[in-house]
Amino acid sequence: MALRTAVKELSPTRRRRDWHAVRSLADGLTTPLHPDDYLRFVNPLWTSRELRGRVESVVRETDDAATLVIRPGWGWRFDHQAGQYVGIGVPVEGRYQWRSYSLTSTPRRRGRRITITIRAMPEGLLSEHLINGLEPGTVVRLAAPAGDFVLPDPPPERILFLVGGSGITPVMAMLKTLVRRAGEGRWPLPDIHLVYSSPTPDRMIFRERLEEVAAEHASVTFTPIYTDTDGMLTFDRLGEVVPDWRDRQTWACGPSPMLDAAVEHWREADLEDALHLERFTLQIGDDVGEGGSISFQNSGKQAEVEPGTTVLEAGESVGIGMPFGCRMGICHTCTLTLVEGSVTDVRNGDRYDQPNERIQTCVAVPNGDCTIAI
Amino acid sequence: MAIADVKEYTHLSEEEVETIGRRLDELRARIEASRDAKDAAYIHRLIKVQRGLAFGARVAMLAGSYAPKERKALRRGSMVAGTAMLGLAKILENMEIGHNVMHGQWDWMNDPEIHSSTWEWDTAQPAEQWKHSHNYIHHQFTNVLGYDNDIGYGILRMAREQKWHPANFGQPVYNALLSLLFEWGVALHDLDIERIRKLEKDPAEMKRQLAQIFRKGRNQILKDYIVYPALSGPGWKQTLKANAAANITRNVWSYVIIFCGHFPDGALHFTEEQIEDETRAEWYLRQMLGAANFNGSRALHILSGSLGYQIEHHVFPDLPSNRYPEIAVEVKAICEEYGIPYTTGPLHKQYGQALRTITLLSLPNSWTSHASEKYGEITPPTKTVTDRSRKSDAERPRRRTELGGWSRAGAKARA
Repeated sequence: MALRTAVKELSPTRRRRDWHAVRSLADGLTTPLHPDDYLRFVNPLWTSRELRGRVESVVRETDDAATLVIRPGWGWRFDHQAGQYVGIGVPVEGRYQWRSYSLTSTPRRRGRRITITIRAMPEGLLSEHLINGLEPGTVVRLAAPAGDFVLPDPPPERILFLVGGSGITPVMAMLKTLVRRAGEGRWPLPDIHLVYSSPTPDRMIFRERLEEVAAEHASVTFTPIYTDTDGMLTFDRLGEVVPDWRDRQTWACGPSPMLDAAVEHWREADLEDALHLERFTLQIGDDVGEGGSISFQNSGKQAEVEPGTTVLEAGESVGIGMPFGCRMGICHTCTLTLVEGSVTDVRNGDRYDQPNERIQTCVAVPNGDCTIAI
Repeated sequence: MAIADVKEYTHLSEEEVETIGRRLDELRARIEASRDAKDAAYIHRLIKVQRGLAFGARVAMLAGSYAPKERKALRRGSMVAGTAMLGLAKILENMEIGHNVMHGQWDWMNDPEIHSSTWEWDTAQPAEQWKHSHNYIHHQFTNVLGYDNDIGYGILRMAREQKWHPANFGQPVYNALLSLLFEWGVALHDLDIERIRKLEKDPAEMKRQLAQIFRKGRNQILKDYIVYPALSGPGWKQTLKANAAANITRNVWSYVIIFCGHFPDGALHFTEEQIEDETRAEWYLRQMLGAANFNGSRALHILSGSLGYQIEHHVFPDLPSNRYPEIAVEVKAICEEYGIPYTTGPLHKQYGQALRTITLLSLPNSWTSHASEKYGEITPPTKTVTDRSRKSDAERPRRRTELGGWSRAGAKARA
């Protein structure tokens, strides 16, 4: 019995090791390329050099939002946490454009597909392209799931989800996961209150599904707010809608002004630890960093920048083909080496000033002169 | 004759040179702005064809190896087809794909799989060392005596200004060997053996480079001369020969193409006075004077990595190679307008001139003065370069912007 358990425990590792041996043997046949560089011509998903996925279907959610059902290729692990986001890269005019979106599918060990839900933003050419221009069968690039907007394990007993607009997407994944895990008997379903603002019922993504969940489960309360008719929910009125908000752990996701107001409100109540946020866009004040002269070492170019200008923007302004992805510090596509000088990460104020440190150029602003290796 | 000042040589005023520079900058901006899905499709298609050829070649050779002994024609046919396809695949990979990707010509696509920072090519030299010796040293200091290590690659005497040595008598032989073993010559090119011999090379850097070359060279040899022959079972000998033939074909072909870039008669040399305070526009002018094109069909240009557009490639090393034909029209027009020599000719003529220079310069200058009447204007050297040693990175000017935006991932040392 003990032996059987031991073998069971051992075999996945061994299987992985054997597989690894086969692959490194195959490497000898294709060096300096990888076997995957050939296999992807048989099936575009048969490569783990870069994460890829194939769009299986595009499901319309509202007039301006759709869910992409994606089948990831080799190398994808389905062990993300509900609430995390994923980077998606699609070629537009021959050039890969990257954005990040929350996963709306629940994590499953034996999963085969993931879903992301996208709302077309005004002037958001890429989001528009993603929901209207992607044919099923299109192969896209993916970045591994990331983000710390997640629930603890086990979840708290009382939860408030505070959502505005497309901020519903990570919360939908959380809610689905909570319900599914409760169904599996893993945890009891917590007491959940979802307050979700949207201009009109038509524009509310997942409205029907949320109504169903609330109808099926007594411990789930769903309060939709249609701001065109009901007006905006200001935080001084939060107590009317959710009288016990102080007793709940809160996850909030939505437009920046809403999140700023939430931070203020929870701070005044001295409950900052109970608030968990996901911001979709990066805010940079024009007083971050000191500005300075950035030298781009390999291309020999130089840029003078004001405070608040990122290394990425500076590089692009002098015509360097800077690598970039989500432009919000998520996907790491833009990571480069800082040869000398000092930069600040605009998200948290961390300073990076060691020689040859790797920095994310899209969130790094210079503190005085610095040199970047590109 | 080596040129100390491109303005004086071309009889152009400073304003005229600046105008030429501005027009070339505008041309670059126009091409950059117009890169689109069609260009991306070009490189994707090329890579697909190249990998298909490589795969087809290996399959054909295996088929030939295991074909029944009595079917001689099938065996032979498969081997010949396999050799041809493999040679072609290697040529395409090294020339039109690898060389150009490593220049950063396709970095704009933002595709991590086709990027100058990650590309590794199917030849013995590690990509990172190539990007130093070629993208920086050769492209920045093109044809400057004492700076550009590609003037004869430290093996051949290719300029009258280079001091003659009795060892130069052997040039025709070295040349023949270089053509056959070209990939290995290139592999050692960035090492600077002279400096190693004099014990001047930084030991840490030397160790790093040697380890890279060893790893890369070992994998290349294992693949073509051990693994595939071993898989071929009874036909191991034929596979071995076929792979060697494919590699040598690639070596000779790339050698010929590369020798047509800067060694034909019209491509000029420069002295180090030229690169003192050289402006962007003067740099462009030096690139146009120092390079030579050759004519040919579209297929020939693709097989030669678009190096038939050597002049355009030297002016814009990081613009996509499929755009060189249209760039050439404008560069040629500028040259005509300002009376700048634009060296071109058929491939055989260009290579013939390179071969003649190799032979001629294997002899001391005094023995070959009669050649001036026979082979056009050869003026006595303005200066003799006696110092044969290479510059170290510390002695060279820093990298220029005109070289384009390629990146050298994994480079722990050097600029």
